[in-house]
Amino acid sequence: MKGSIIILFFFVIGLFTGIYDLLPEHFLQNDYSLYALYLLMFLVGIGIGSNKKSLILIRSVNFKIILVPLSVITGTYIGVSVFSLLQDNLSLIDSLAVGSGFGYYSLSSVLISEVSGDMLGVIALLSNITREIITLLLTPVFARYFGKLAPISSGGATAMDTTLPVITKYIGSDYAIISVFSGVVLTILVPFLIAIIL
Amino acid sequence: MITVLVLMTFGILIGWFLHKKDKILKISSELTNWAIYLLLFLLGLSVGTNEEILNNFDKIGYQSILITVFAVIGSVLVSWLTYILFFKKNER
Repeated sequence: MKGSIIILFFFVIGLFTGIYDLLPEHFLQNDYSLYALYLLMFLVGIGIGSNKKSLILIRSVNFKIILVPLSVITGTYIGVSVFSLLQDNLSLIDSLAVGSGFGYYSLSSVLISEVSGDMLGVIALLSNITREIITLLLTPVFARYFGKLAPISSGGATAMDTTLPVITKYIGSDYAIISVFSGVVLTILVPFLIAIIL
Repeated sequence: MITVLVLMTFGILIGWFLHKKDKILKISSELTNWAIYLLLFLLGLSVGTNEEILNNFDKIGYQSILITVFAVIGSVLVSWLTYILFFKKNER
């Protein structure tokens, strides 16, 4: 939660800097963001590769546990497809791309804005932050009425870190490994799925 | 986009070899945070100069929340099914 506030803070600072024209014109015309994105992706890779939690991925892999992130992906895609049918501002492709963030708002928003423009990037940012907030708030409800996988599923990529404490509190620590596994798999898949879709 | 994926895969491999070098990893994770802050600042900056987005911000916000509600309902329901079919019986 603290992380999302800091990230939103930087976004808002940028927003006001843009609105009130606080930076010289030539600064805006250079495309720094692409190089920053390249650097970020490399660093994110290092983070994933060196993460001790990633070892769980290899150690605990079996048929049943793979079904968890698979359910998250399938369910999310069904949900956003229904959404795209009900309105005509966001196309199916755009909706799927936004859904593919699975709560990983920082990465998905910058990736999507790089490919599809700022409008969709902002939607990805707000949407995926909302996913984290919904999970933090509704985990008790999900755990009670929709089974122990529901909070993990709602958390998506965040189930490995930011929403893990609240999830394990309500579904028990014996599901912690499944939660981390699902979160790690989704975190790794986010950039790949966005690349495939867009 | 391919560049992005190649860089990340390359990073994963390097991270794998460096997983015991705590000092390097700490710097890398600190740098990751600042890269994210910079990118989000830049996203904010270009949104701040985009009249079309600014004028429709309420609509964009509303849609963002709505699409997430659908995404969460979908994934909760599918995982509920998975839970009933594959996980629940082992608990008894």
